[in-house]
Amino acid sequence: MANPDEAIARLLLQDEVERFLFAEAELLDDRQYEEWLELLEDDIRYWMPMRRNVKFGELEREFTREGQDINWFDEGKDTLTRRVNQILTGVHWAEEPLSRICHIVSNVQVLDAQPSMSDPSEVSVRCRFIIYRNRVETETDFLVGKREELLRKAEGGWKIARRKIVLDQNVLLAKNLTFFF
Amino acid sequence: MVATSRDEVSGKLVDVDHGLISREIFVSDDIYQQEQEQVFARAWLFIGHEAQIPKPGDYFVSSMGEESVILCRDREGQVHAFLNSCMHRGMKVCRYDEGNTPVFTCPYHGWSFATDGKLVGVPYFKDAYHQELDKSKWGLIEVPQVHNYKGGIWATWDESAPPFLDYIGGFRLYLDLLMDGWDGSEGGTEVFGGVEKWLVPSNWKFPAENFIGDRYHNISHRSVDMVGIGPSGTGRRDTNERAGSRFLDVSFPERGHGTVMALRPADAPMPQAYQDLPVLSEYFRHCEEEKKRKDAQLWRLLGGPGTVFPNMSYLPRQPRSIAVWHPRGVNKTEVWRWFLVDAKAPQEVKDYLRHYYIRYSGPGGLTEQDDMENWNYAHSASSGVIARRYAYNYEMGLGYGTPNYENDGLKLPGLILDSTEAKAAEQNQRGFYRRWAEFMDAEDWGGLANWRNGSGHEWRGGEYFG
Repeated sequence: MANPDEAIARLLLQDEVERFLFAEAELLDDRQYEEWLELLEDDIRYWMPMRRNVKFGELEREFTREGQDINWFDEGKDTLTRRVNQILTGVHWAEEPLSRICHIVSNVQVLDAQPSMSDPSEVSVRCRFIIYRNRVETETDFLVGKREELLRKAEGGWKIARRKIVLDQNVLLAKNLTFFF
Repeated sequence: MVATSRDEVSGKLVDVDHGLISREIFVSDDIYQQEQEQVFARAWLFIGHEAQIPKPGDYFVSSMGEESVILCRDREGQVHAFLNSCMHRGMKVCRYDEGNTPVFTCPYHGWSFATDGKLVGVPYFKDAYHQELDKSKWGLIEVPQVHNYKGGIWATWDESAPPFLDYIGGFRLYLDLLMDGWDGSEGGTEVFGGVEKWLVPSNWKFPAENFIGDRYHNISHRSVDMVGIGPSGTGRRDTNERAGSRFLDVSFPERGHGTVMALRPADAPMPQAYQDLPVLSEYFRHCEEEKKRKDAQLWRLLGGPGTVFPNMSYLPRQPRSIAVWHPRGVNKTEVWRWFLVDAKAPQEVKDYLRHYYIRYSGPGGLTEQDDMENWNYAHSASSGVIARRYAYNYEMGLGYGTPNYENDGLKLPGLILDSTEAKAAEQNQRGFYRRWAEFMDAEDWGGLANWRNGSGHEWRGGEYFG
């Protein structure tokens, strides 16, 4: 049996990570975009590859490559900040009127903590997401997939240092990606 | 709506002489169905870039109109395009997006086809077919005309369509601004890995006409201009390189193509552009100098958005990309977007541009997101029985184009409208729809290549090509 102290540390960290991710989703769904930006590390990598249909045995070519290929997103805080500022102009027609968005974050798994579970400064996390977006009258999108994150402990809580977004679609069924994952 | 006979299209629905175009051509199911045969089964369509299939056996599954086609390179290195449907019972023989293969084997009954389209494998050929099936007659249906133009692969289902270079005509000068190196050297583009594919709830003609020369929709992009994503840190583009330019709307109504261009004064200084990164500004300054050295007159041309009739649109510089508007229903368009770069550009320049392309274009792009909102709701608000009664207005700049444009010794082909002071015009859209109506009316290519027999207009202008 595992060391009880270690088990408790893991449980506490799991709870802390979940509360952080849920609070983050709350900010996005509540349209508090500037507050959300504060949760991002200055050197954040925000990457969402596109996905190809490839033959069995060639799965290494399924995803477009970070830093080399065209991706749905492959950016840092500067571009993310411009996205927020664009929504806040009030004349970003693809988000005016604003969409109604609900992030459901689930299956949260703490994969690794460094240097330790009991005193972590970096945590690797995997989770699932469902994003429901409804806008104007009847326009509705469901986006479902996985996220992989690297969270870093900062003053006053956690920050997101890396987010990989894996959307389970080939042809993107939504006409745009004006929101955050 | 009531079924529309083809001969009604040009007269009643498309009246470009008065700048009036019926909403029916965007929202009518009946017209959409006719377009598949009249337009997409006959026109030259863009299907991919040779850099996607460099080696024998390489393939990229593309689309022509609604149908899936396989673009591939056979064992001898020859490029082909085939209908992606088994000859036996129609199953899609390739359901991967791209890859390399010796044969395409149908998952239904196992017929297999070589990369040159030949039927090479038939299960039970001996027992069930008694070796009597003539395999030479049952290869994949091959697209009869395929043309590689400076790396861009084009194809048409119509054997009687004119060769690609005749289809493009004098528009080639402008298409070259996309397909040639930024330094003016011939060809030499490559595409980044990853073709963006997404659905827009709109008729395919909204984006096609938007790209052909809609300089009127600046308000759509106000938000991105305010936050700034351009390669000098402001706006959505860097406008320094076209400072002092004339703006020209160029249309080839006899062919349907069009573009908007900037024409620099002959004595324009080297622009201070692409200032975000030293290696970037250095590369573009080098390209500018090189291009001017090669041909000081051609150097004056700075390409802008354009559309090659019917559904290939492009941006030659900022950001350099090709979009194809695949029809997927009267109110559904599947957009495919390729991004191009000079193969010989330094890696840091490619990296910078890739990031710029991504933040500008496609569903995640700060600029294009707002375009799609317009096309989406323009379509839906035009679909009702009342809305359909009222034609769209295309009067802007009607009658202000000239077929003999010349500026400081440079003669340019096409019907050209100088929109520098006017800021916008709709000549190119009228040219596009004039051509669209001809396609809808004509029985065959005999009635479509009118520039050949002198009975149609040839707004070639100038003698630049001799």
